[in-house]
Amino acid sequence: MEKSTALGKNRTGIDMSPIDAKEMVALSNSTPPSSPGDARDIAKMRGEYISEHDTLGSIPPPGTLKGVASTAMKKLTGKNPEAFIDKLGCRLAFERTGVRLYEALIAKCSAGAVGASKVSLDTLWEFRNQELQHFKLVESAIRSIGADPTAQTPSADVDGMIALGIVQVLTEPRTSVEQCLDAMLTVELTDHAAWELLIEFATKMGMEDMARDFQGALQQEENHLRQVRQWFRDLTLSDGGVES
Amino acid sequence: MALNLFDDKGCPLDKQQFTWKEMVQTPISKLDDDAFTRVRVILMNGQEMEALRFSHSCARMNDQYRLPLAKVRRIEQHQATMVNGLIGADHSTLETTIGYEQVAIEVTAAVAQAEPDEYLAQVYRFGMLEDFDHLYRYSAMLDRLEGKDANNITQCYTDIVPGRPTVIEHRAPQDDLRNHYDRTKAQPISKLHALTIMAAEQQTQNFYLNVGPMYADPVARQLYTEIASIEEQHVTQYESIIDPNETWLEKWMLHEANEVYNYYGCVQQESNPRIKAIWERCLDYELGHLQVAMEMFKQHERRDPAEILPASLPEPIKFESQREFVRKVLHQEVDLRARGTQFVNKSQEGPESKQYREHLNSSGSPTNTVAAGYEWTPGTELVRGAGVSYTENAKDKEVTH
Repeated sequence: MEKSTALGKNRTGIDMSPIDAKEMVALSNSTPPSSPGDARDIAKMRGEYISEHDTLGSIPPPGTLKGVASTAMKKLTGKNPEAFIDKLGCRLAFERTGVRLYEALIAKCSAGAVGASKVSLDTLWEFRNQELQHFKLVESAIRSIGADPTAQTPSADVDGMIALGIVQVLTEPRTSVEQCLDAMLTVELTDHAAWELLIEFATKMGMEDMARDFQGALQQEENHLRQVRQWFRDLTLSDGGVES
Repeated sequence: MALNLFDDKGCPLDKQQFTWKEMVQTPISKLDDDAFTRVRVILMNGQEMEALRFSHSCARMNDQYRLPLAKVRRIEQHQATMVNGLIGADHSTLETTIGYEQVAIEVTAAVAQAEPDEYLAQVYRFGMLEDFDHLYRYSAMLDRLEGKDANNITQCYTDIVPGRPTVIEHRAPQDDLRNHYDRTKAQPISKLHALTIMAAEQQTQNFYLNVGPMYADPVARQLYTEIASIEEQHVTQYESIIDPNETWLEKWMLHEANEVYNYYGCVQQESNPRIKAIWERCLDYELGHLQVAMEMFKQHERRDPAEILPASLPEPIKFESQREFVRKVLHQEVDLRARGTQFVNKSQEGPESKQYREHLNSSGSPTNTVAAGYEWTPGTELVRGAGVSYTENAKDKEVTH
């Protein structure tokens, strides 16, 4: 099988230019910094901005009177429904992005990228479809409490920031399947932990029915995590010529 | 084989065309390609962006040239897209920035040595020492923000130490203007040099203005803000050395000739065969554009392009490390300052620039903040234990609270 890694003319390290590197280090050592201090100066400047206590944004109020008066919403009275809506919105966004990430991985594997033969396309399609179901499950849960599933909540926004690099890895034509699985492992580890937390959160908010519905998704996510971890392990070890 | 600008007519404009796929090709390898391949990509993107900027300005001021300009500009736009797309997305924005500064140092240093006009050579050396300092500041930011070594990008071709400190590069506008060359007396190479470096600096400024806000970190945003302001000064400096008495068509011809000149240098020195083929195509297209500009010049000004352009191209700009030259200039000229159009010792700097930067820096200088105590080390400063230790940090907190 073709490998993800190969020896070549990587030019980034200093060992590629031993004479120049020696000169550079000598100059750097003999040239004092132009101002005193260390990396804590950066932390101080960040601190000045952090202390302004701004936020990414807010949770939108329920869009309808029906929403405010819904049975589910009444159950949340006395608690902080905003925090729960924030995390539901986060899960919805994550699952929706998850569909697109699996589509990108399917495209990569379908095109015969390095390592594709080790991965089952049928399984990838199954996972992609399950991510879609999870998205719809959360969408319906958000509607059930009268909130707006099309709104982007702050936690959803943050997960979008996190996903930026993952989308780049999955859609970069030059990455191998093994490198994409590395990114997908990050996704699935987070996804799994987030579903566990969401179920606990729903239960504690008195939304037992919702928590029960979410259990099915968690089981499927456990399978995603196990399988992605296994593929990543197999491809990594195989690349090193130490297949188990 | 040397090119002849009048005999080598290149690809006719009406035969020049692209598909979307040709415009979006596989990028260079950040890891395996030579740093000078990236230098050429960044430089030529800058030249193409200048071609577009000039062409639009010219069209807005000259009714009779609008159509030929629009035809040539469409191809320039597609070339710009193709060239800029050669920087892969595995470069973080700061890593690409390191590449931009390497261009500003190595290309300007090469130009400074090849420039026959001593005053202009001094202008290039002056600007180069400032960009040299920017590389050091951005390297500190890359290390302290992303945990990466800038030398992975510069590949030991370029030193990473302070230059003329950015904090004192801020000058009043009157100290950024220079004397321009005389269009009737300057050698063609002087005109090409000026256009090349002006275009590179303008693209650098635009890049920093566009990408700075893409960072969440306010420190990185401030850093880009401070250095983009210097790049604005550099554009002001370099555009001011170009004779404003050149006619629009004279300038158009020079722009096209300059693109030919630079692509020719890229073709001569490119180490990646796939990228070399791209340079060859662009060279062929630019020769075609030059033909259009020369025809317009003959038709509208009733003058011979040979009055402006040399038949054979001057020696290309050298794409190689200028370490020794840069070190020498750093040693001899780091204390120079600009006063009006002249360069003086720092003791003779005028009050306007001092007052201007005193206010700008009054809430602190981001370029100093990011590089506080920074010494470049292979593998990042953490290799030599320069990070903040837990105990030091705890002590810091005790003082604060």
